[in-house]
Parts: sequence; C-alpha cells; structure tokens
Amino acid sequence: MRRTLIDRLWSTALWTLVGFFIVNLLALIGTVVVSSFATRWLRSWLPADWTLRWYAAAWNEFQLGDVLLTTFQVVLAVVALSAIFGVPAAYALARRDFPGKRLAMLLLLLPMLVPPVTYGIPLATVLYQTGLGGSMAGVILANLVPSIPFVVLVMIPFIEQIDPRIEAAARVFGAGTGRLFVHVLLPLLAPGVMAALLLVLVRTIAMFELTFLTAGPTSQTLVVALYYAVFASGVRAVQSIDAMAVIYMGVTLVWLLIALRFVNPTQLVGRSKRSG
Amino acid sequence: MTSRERLAARGVDGVTLLVLPAVALLVLLFVYPFLYGLFLSFRPKDGSLLGNYARFFDDPFFRDTIWVTMRLALPVTLLNLLLALPIALRVRHLRRQRLLITVLVLPITLGTVLVSEGMLNYFGPQGWFSRTLMLLGVISAPVKLVQSYTGVFLSLLITGFPFTFLLTLSYVTGIDPALEQAGATLGAGPARRFRHVLLPLLLPGLAITFCLSFVQAYSVLPSAVLVGDPSRATRVISIAAYQAAIEEYDYAMASTVALIMGATQLAVVGMALGLRGLLYRGPAGGAKG
Repeated sequence: MRRTLIDRLWSTALWTLVGFFIVNLLALIGTVVVSSFATRWLRSWLPADWTLRWYAAAWNEFQLGDVLLTTFQVVLAVVALSAIFGVPAAYALARRDFPGKRLAMLLLLLPMLVPPVTYGIPLATVLYQTGLGGSMAGVILANLVPSIPFVVLVMIPFIEQIDPRIEAAARVFGAGTGRLFVHVLLPLLAPGVMAALLLVLVRTIAMFELTFLTAGPTSQTLVVALYYAVFASGVRAVQSIDAMAVIYMGVTLVWLLIALRFVNPTQLVGRSKRSG
Repeated sequence: MTSRERLAARGVDGVTLLVLPAVALLVLLFVYPFLYGLFLSFRPKDGSLLGNYARFFDDPFFRDTIWVTMRLALPVTLLNLLLALPIALRVRHLRRQRLLITVLVLPITLGTVLVSEGMLNYFGPQGWFSRTLMLLGVISAPVKLVQSYTGVFLSLLITGFPFTFLLTLSYVTGIDPALEQAGATLGAGPARRFRHVLLPLLLPGLAITFCLSFVQAYSVLPSAVLVGDPSRATRVISIAAYQAAIEEYDYAMASTVALIMGATQLAVVGMALGLRGLLYRGPAGGAKG
C-alpha cells in the first residue's frame, strides 16, 4: 500500500506520543524502585549509594507483616465468597429466562457503573451502625459489592458457550445434580472461574476507596496503609515509603503476571467483551 | 398442572433459585445502604427536612466542589478520549499488541495511590522529569507540577488514558475491516473513510467509553489529596463527602454529599447517553449472507 507523506507524519506523531507516555510511565515507576534502594538521593540523577536497609525499616515501621496478612485474608475471603455467590447466579442467568431477570441484571450492573466512593459512604455508614465498620468482616463485605457482579458478568458469556446438550446427555446417562456438577460442569467451568477469580483478586488488592472507607486501624490492606504512609510523608524517610510501595508493586505484579497468562488484559479494565 | 410445573414453564425452577443468594446480598449491601443514605440525608442534625441540601448549596465550601470536580473530570476525560481514538485506530493494525497492552494495564492495576507516590518523586522539583527538561534546555528552573491542579490532572491522565484507550481499542477492533475496505474500493481516502464509515460505527461505543471514563475521573479521591491541593484547587466532591463522614462523623451530611455526587455525575452520563440515543446503533460486524 502506498503511503502519503501526511499519513507518515501523522503515524510518527502518534507513535511519538505513545512512546512519550510509556517512557514517562516507566520512569515514574522506576523512580520509586530506585529511591527505595537509595542511601541519600538529593540533587542528583542517581542516589549517592545503594542499600537494602529501607526494606527492613519499612517492614518494622509500617507493621507490614500484619498488613500483608490482613491483605491476604481479605483478598482470599473476597475471592472465595464472590465465587460462591457469583458462579451459581451466573449459571442461573445464563441458562434460564425467568420473570424479573432484567431487574436482576440491572441490580448486578449498577455497582459496576456507580463509582465506589458514591455507594461506599452510605455502605460505610450502615456498617458502622451495625458494628461491622472498621472490622475485617466489614472490609470483606464492602469489597463483595463490586466483586460479585464482576464474577457474574465475566461468567455469563462463558457459561452460555457451553452446549446445554452436554448436561442433558449426562442426565440421560443417569447423573444426578451432584454428579452432573462435579463431573461435568466443574471441569468445563474451571478455566472461566479461574480467570474471573484472578481478575477479582488483582482488582481487590488494588481496591482503595471501599477499603479506605470501611477499614479500621487493624483491618487496613496494603494499598490503604500505603496511602496513609504517603499522606503522612515527612514523618518518615521517603525511601522507607518507597520501599513499602515497591513491596505493594511486587505483590500486585506477581498476581497480574499470573492473571495475564489466563485472561485478556482488557478484561482488567471492564467487563469481558465478546467471548470468542 | 401442579404449581411447580406452572412455575417451571415460566422458567422458574431449582436452577433459577441459584440467583437468589447473590441478589439478596446485593440488596443488603448495595440497595439498602443507598436507600438508607437517602433517608438519612433528609434527617440533618438541625432537624429540618432539607437542612443538609440547603447547607450544601449555601456553603461555597461544599457547593464549589461540584465545579472543582467538573473542571478536572470533563477536560481530562475528553483529552483521554481524543488521544485514545487515533492511537487505537493505529494499534488495531499492529500484530504484537499484547506487549503494549500489558504495559498500559500497569498503571490501572497498580492504582492511583501508587501512581501518586511515584508522581511525588518523578514530577517533584528534583525529579527526573524536571532534570531532563532542564538538560534539554526547555526550562531553566525546576517546574512544580505536583500539589496543584496540574498534579491531579496528570494523575488522571496517567491512570485514565490507558483505561480509555483499552476500552476504545475493544470497540475499534470490533469493527469488521471489510466495511472499511468496501469504502476504499468505492474510492474513499482515509479521511473520508474515517468520517463516513468508522466514526458513525464507533460513536455509540465512544459514548459508553466517555461515560465510564468520566465516572472514574469524577470520583477521584486519593490523587486529589496526595498530588493535589486538597484544601482549595482540587477539593473535589469526594473529599467533601469523606471529610463529613470520617472527620466530622456527620453521616447524614456525608450521605447527602455522596448522593449529590451521584446525581451530578449521573446528569453528565445521562446527557452523553441521551446524545448516544440519536446515533446509529446497528451491527458493526460484517453481516453474513
């Protein structure tokens, strides 16, 4: 195909823009990493010398052991509960047409369209009045609100593409509901469930607003602890906060890399698009 | 027919009931708090019915947050969309998209708190950004980009552009290339193909992208505090809601602010979707046969 000069200029301009964005993005992340290993870093391109001591400092100052434990407990509970509530609901919505289905779908879509701050504040109010505010149970409940709809919306197209005749065939050969579930549905659904749950996991680790509004001092997750550390910066050395940020990045990126092996990156952004 | 068979004929049987636990939980954790917040907003401390709403619209400290938030969210969303569209149209022809997409998923996954922390270093007076510009001779003294409107604008660009781009890309790749080729066969150049083939097919999707990106930008909280000027230029509406709830323990006022926040952003989203209703919404994939 012949390309005109204008076309080439336009293309160059766009790729320059993309390149500029990515270079700045990587440098921004790089600054945090470099700073976390720096002894002193003032008025120069690179730090005076390198050290690992900020990691030990951050670990002790911010009680990162406890924070990490809380984070994993919250995330695992959210992942497990969204699977328990979300997958059966997705199965019912994919396989049956019933009165009120549109209403149920609307109820599932709304928490994904309304931003967390808007519903998080009334939700936190209710949680504090029932005595769950500030507790780990409260944080888990709040995080279920966007997670369950997410699992349902990712799973529905996945379940729809499984041929119902496979289930019918199992019934013909005498399988009861229990055996049908264990021997037919579970193996067929496993890849979809895993993809959905990995996405929930990555999103819950990074979910700031809801956890921020509902967590107390003992139920903070890593991202909320990081926020408070940056918010109160000046109290502690910058490098120590950066070390904590690198630990947060490490935790997130490990799961992101695992997730990316099984899912389309764009699924992290929104609902799954067309399946197949 | 038994009543059970009659229900089954309408699609209600054991499998249908599986939807109930999820729906019940969401009613409890989403619908009920919303209604309770609405109820609470009409029960202000002073005892009047509309006291909280009157306080919000009388006090410039509250009222101005709407304007402050709009002033940030609207330009950023439009800029993100304007950048994302031409880039997505280029990237769709690219074979190795996955690496680019993976890099762009990074800021979304890491979240606004980490991006803000990085920005404090990177865009700070001694950061690499200012240093590079000074080395290139673009500026003579370090620029101050954080702790201001610009800081929050940049943070919304860094996390918002990838989000907008990935959504736009998914719409762009959903258009059958044959439609554009048909336009080319009939003698349309790139500009006319974009104007008369791609744009009409894309606009409904772009309207949805605008809404989702706008909602994200409108509810900005951590970066408005960390890299902004949270007492003045970037005192966005979510900061006002948060302060009422956590710092003043005035849950009625906090719910009022949250509801006004929801209503104002819904007004913009409603407007965008209303405009979308005027557009063509047919299949963008090639028709079979």
